[in-house]
Amino acid sequence: MKFDTPAGQNPIDQLKVVGKPTDRIDGKFKTTGTAPYAYERHDVAPDAAYGYVVGAGIAKGRIAGMDLAAAKAAPGVLTIVTADTAGTLGKGDMNTAKLLGGPAVDHYHQAIALVVAETFEQARAAAALIRVDYARGQGRFDLDEALKTAPLKGDSSGEGSSAPPVDRVGKFEQAFAAAPVQLDAVYETPDQSHAMMEPHASIARWQGDELTLWTSNQMINWGKGDVAKTLGIPKEKVRLISPYIGGGFGGKLFVRADAVLAALGARQAGRPVKVTLQRPLMINNTTHRPATRQRIRLGAGKDGKLVAIAHESGSGDLPGGGPETAVSQTKLLYAGANRLTSMRLAVLDLPEGNAMRAPGEAPGLMALEVAMDEMAEKLGMDPVQFRIINDTQVDPEKPNRKFSQRQLVECLRLGADKFGWAQRSATPRAKRDGAWLVGMGVASGFRNNITMKSGARVGIDRKGQVTVATDMTDIGTGSYTIIAQTAAEMMGVPLDKVTVLLGDSSFPTAAGSGGQWGANSSTAGVYAACMKLREAVAQKLGFNSNDVSFADGKVRSGNRSVPLAQAAGTSGLSAEDSIEFGDLAKKEQQSTFAGHFVEVGVHAYTGEIRIRRMLAVCAAGRILNPKSARSQVIGAMTMGVGAALMEELAVDKRFGFFVNHDLASYEVPVHADIPHQEVIFLDEVDPMSSPMKAKGVGELGLCGVGAAIANAVYNASGVRVREYPVTLDKVIAGSAMIA
Amino acid sequence: MKAFTYERATSPAAAAAAVAARPGAKFIAGGTNLLDLMKLEIEAPVHLVDVNTLSLDKIEPTDSGGLRIGALVRNTDLAADPRVRRDYGVLTRAIVAGASGQLRNKATTAGNLLQRTRCPYFYDTNQPCNKRKPGSGCAAIGGYSRQLGIIGTSDACIATYPGDMAVAMRVLDATVETVQPSGATRRIPITDFHRLWGDTPHIDTNLQPGELITAVTLPKPVGGTHIYHKVRDRASYAYALVSVAAIVQRDGSGHVAIGGIAPKPWRVEAAEAALPQGAKAVTPRLLAGARPTKDNSFKVPLVERTLAAVLAQAKDAA
Repeated sequence: MKFDTPAGQNPIDQLKVVGKPTDRIDGKFKTTGTAPYAYERHDVAPDAAYGYVVGAGIAKGRIAGMDLAAAKAAPGVLTIVTADTAGTLGKGDMNTAKLLGGPAVDHYHQAIALVVAETFEQARAAAALIRVDYARGQGRFDLDEALKTAPLKGDSSGEGSSAPPVDRVGKFEQAFAAAPVQLDAVYETPDQSHAMMEPHASIARWQGDELTLWTSNQMINWGKGDVAKTLGIPKEKVRLISPYIGGGFGGKLFVRADAVLAALGARQAGRPVKVTLQRPLMINNTTHRPATRQRIRLGAGKDGKLVAIAHESGSGDLPGGGPETAVSQTKLLYAGANRLTSMRLAVLDLPEGNAMRAPGEAPGLMALEVAMDEMAEKLGMDPVQFRIINDTQVDPEKPNRKFSQRQLVECLRLGADKFGWAQRSATPRAKRDGAWLVGMGVASGFRNNITMKSGARVGIDRKGQVTVATDMTDIGTGSYTIIAQTAAEMMGVPLDKVTVLLGDSSFPTAAGSGGQWGANSSTAGVYAACMKLREAVAQKLGFNSNDVSFADGKVRSGNRSVPLAQAAGTSGLSAEDSIEFGDLAKKEQQSTFAGHFVEVGVHAYTGEIRIRRMLAVCAAGRILNPKSARSQVIGAMTMGVGAALMEELAVDKRFGFFVNHDLASYEVPVHADIPHQEVIFLDEVDPMSSPMKAKGVGELGLCGVGAAIANAVYNASGVRVREYPVTLDKVIAGSAMIA
Repeated sequence: MKAFTYERATSPAAAAAAVAARPGAKFIAGGTNLLDLMKLEIEAPVHLVDVNTLSLDKIEPTDSGGLRIGALVRNTDLAADPRVRRDYGVLTRAIVAGASGQLRNKATTAGNLLQRTRCPYFYDTNQPCNKRKPGSGCAAIGGYSRQLGIIGTSDACIATYPGDMAVAMRVLDATVETVQPSGATRRIPITDFHRLWGDTPHIDTNLQPGELITAVTLPKPVGGTHIYHKVRDRASYAYALVSVAAIVQRDGSGHVAIGGIAPKPWRVEAAEAALPQGAKAVTPRLLAGARPTKDNSFKVPLVERTLAAVLAQAKDAA
């Protein structure tokens, strides 16, 4: 099905199932430990051997020698995979660095060997016996140093955000110089890790020249292609199965070392092999969100209207990598006639930078929305009001192009009202609760809506059970449930009459989970398949397909009514289709919006920062399942707390690695950090986005949160921190203790 | 993890003798720290003597009006004991500020005293670390050291003792009771239990090889307001950047020990005389000779601020 005209009235608009707060279908399996994750598929490979990954001990250089003798002789060891044994390997389209290093080492903890043994413990013990001699090379590990000579570079994040090297509208420099009120500030965001609960893990099994991988991957079709490319085998010979995923956040968009090494290990061992990346290895072995340095200049008239906006970002990556597209939202968020955005990319020999939840916007808004707060203060204007008067209903770079839906102002107004924003003092350090200074902060949330081609197969069996099969993934987001809701609505059956099968590359190719495109795109694909199936049913029954309804398990046309099960017949009926998106997204800008409001306490003595309450008001098209959508947003808000207050991969600039590479030292929020969160979804349908009229929401919840927190810390303490994370050492450095 | 042999101890003295008899042998109780370190081969004992079966899990009154806490009393049980909560509140507060419920259920009193440092370079076996591999150097010096020590450190090691419980025990003037391989017992004041690193950072405590902790005794309660203020970036499940254990009397006198800054719970009795004058008066004496790094120099003002917060809280409570 081609989607190239705005959606009209369609069966989804009935909202009998879609749009209802619905428990996650997979929830009970996950909470009872009965959803098997990749590493737990003992059923499919009871004879699997265990692989243990050896990571490089240097960041840059060569392996001069590797002594495997003791490891090979260790109890239980079956085989050891190294670059020497693996043969020539390709590199996946989505990978910057090779997944098996040696003799060249490209980054710290790059895999250089896989020890395969009968048990995990034997593999681990043997791995410790491998002796590696390194010839250390000269690496570049200091972002600030490297940015001094870094070239301009445009790119797309691969998850939706994109920007050219330099983008200009009007005459920024002149307008900024002439602006009565100016801000010129530099903001820093650190490298961050996805730190999802389930490590990357795979079981590989070869049958002849055919490889099956039970793995944990967000993008099945990308993964299938890159496994084939890396191993140098035809894509048809690879099958990926990934029905349950314990979190990804972009860290599992791409095939990683676990999958490739499991495949190589299984080939060498002649039996299935399972591999999980050990937790202390994950942070340097896999991808991370790159650190940024962002200079923002804002110029406004005394009336608070922006006349000049510049956002210039720098980041680093391994050779061949891309920039963090931190400026992308600045092209669209606020009005202003004179604009400049640019990106620079430095070469670093740190581990690979890549997409992490809301790449681009997440760190970009952490800077831009603090700059807006600072500018509002310079103007003596309320920060909510300042944002409202700089709203735009058209693409500021192309004023004849409007937004399909844009309710930023409504988000901010409603949020301010519900949050009690009027209680906020414009003067910092004005409110106190015992030993705690209390402050409020606001930020706009913005994330583009991306649509991706997505396919599905839908069948009805003779009992009237509807089965959806698609290689879409559920990374904890609720895909199973919204897909079931979609099929139930379309076929007129209750939810429990729908079975959803996901994450298998033998199913039709779907959008996958990334860039908050999954929910809208994959359900639209299911919609397309269901429309085809409805036609097949109507045709079989001899009904006029223009006058047919599917409800209560029955198919009706005029005064005729046939149970769906009967219509399916003994052999059942099935249809497959994809949704393909035309150029509607070019005609009108599709984006999602939020207003984020946060109240924090800052300890008057110690500078400790604790969240008191949070509110997000979101406008993101039709909300397919308010319960799972809310879960997505509160999860993202929690991630925003981490980004604002604690998450930072500490770079050792001498040895070139992230030092805090485990969950004890890379801190993410715990329950005690999150006392109260509220989410409000505005009523919105967006006929430009898809037949579902929905948009993404999973990343929107993160976009802007960090800045709202930083702004609240400023309002509480009077300390403006421009280097994330906003930690107590930075607060006490900027404030005298008050008793 | 390297293969090891294992036995269950039959008595404290037998346990001590068993460990002393085998170079590379270790005790295991809760295992919450040791097993993690064994998986990374930072610890590689050849033999484990399991002391969990020993009846060292009682909390009993002492003749001098204090409490004797068995070495195997779990952190959860110690923190919840009504006598501890009533008379030694700083200890309960310190314990519940540490780790997680699951870990506290497993962790023992003695094991917690022996918790090893959380320096990230200690944990990364690719990096030089004098504590992990004597003589290999210290990657933390000149590296990422935000969490690490500012006082009592050395040119060989800037790691900290990471725990909370011991900081409270230090302010309570606890005594560690042990049995030696010979069967002889000894009492080690908590101040002498942990060592400063000096040139031998691989040795954390003054226990002799094979010497087994059997109990920790607390002296008679001293009253006062008991406070444990643990400062960290997140609200739970993190090691202290700085912590202050304090017992403050109505007249403003009292005792304080600091965690998160040194190889041992840091207490300078001579500085405590200045407590009634406030944190600003105490801190220079408490931290005399401090040698912070660029990353952790904030801990110096943070100690003063945390102490000030604690003294203000004590004043409110009095």
